[in-house]
Amino acid sequence: MELSDSDLDLVSVLADGLPLVDRPYRAVGQAVGLSEDAVIARIKAMSAVGIIRRFGVIVRHHELGFRANAMAVWDIPDPLVGELGRRLGDSPEVTLCYRRPRRLPDWPFNLFCMVHGRDRDAVEAAIRGLAERHGLASHGHAVLFSTRRFKQTGARYGRRPLAAE
Amino acid sequence: MDDTDRRIVNALQGGFPIAERPFAAAAEALGLEEADLLARIKAMRDDGVISRFGPLWHAEKMGGGLTLSAMSVPAERFDDVAAIVNSFPEVAHNYARDHALNMWFVVATERPERIAEVLAEIEARTGLAVHDMPKIEEFFVGLRFEA
Repeated sequence: MELSDSDLDLVSVLADGLPLVDRPYRAVGQAVGLSEDAVIARIKAMSAVGIIRRFGVIVRHHELGFRANAMAVWDIPDPLVGELGRRLGDSPEVTLCYRRPRRLPDWPFNLFCMVHGRDRDAVEAAIRGLAERHGLASHGHAVLFSTRRFKQTGARYGRRPLAAE
Repeated sequence: MDDTDRRIVNALQGGFPIAERPFAAAAEALGLEEADLLARIKAMRDDGVISRFGPLWHAEKMGGGLTLSAMSVPAERFDDVAAIVNSFPEVAHNYARDHALNMWFVVATERPERIAEVLAEIEARTGLAVHDMPKIEEFFVGLRFEA
């Protein structure tokens, strides 16, 4: 789906989030010159094709109490990585799961999972559980805890912050 | 946050109604009044627990570029390099991690071709190699958190 100019106006206005009023789509429409019905139709269309992944509350995980996060990575033979990625992605402990390229020799890992938890012990236990359930012990593995967060502004389009993944 | 706030966060991380009175519909499903729900969401946003209320966008389907990159930064230069990296508006997240590759950041751009330009500019200004690791396949993007 190609985004029209009025869709891009909608994206821009929605960057700050939906107005917290009783008829938010009417308020958004007034800002971009569209009717309430048109705004509802376009947001539904962008949701249907996946341009909008989901619509609702976007939390700051750290402020919500998820103080620890780690990137758990494995070196999985290429023929196996799709199936294992799907299984790990279906696991409730995993918040994001991607296949990415290795960067040899510095970086031999190709399967990346983000795991968030209340504290470091909870994250380590979750990753151990994943490795056991999915038989990952024989594969190269690393766990990279975040030690500092420098920036979490969200993606920016047209110089405006957006929540995007 | 009280138990009602937690229920709101858990229930509304997706599937928010796209209808004329969405907060009224969402409130009814939660056994709340519309005005109470709006007030609670505003309060959580003001407290910073909620970063925003609205869409989570799919960067590539919007026509944009998105990648994860990593650098190996000498400890004594870490803060200076972080300041350079974070000065780019295209850098959306930046985390220090405990590995030889110790700085990990997400670059999001309006145009896909801008990714390579940003990474080249970061290499030029820091004198350090940037490893670009764009996704090859996406298995899951949930980013939902139970309050």
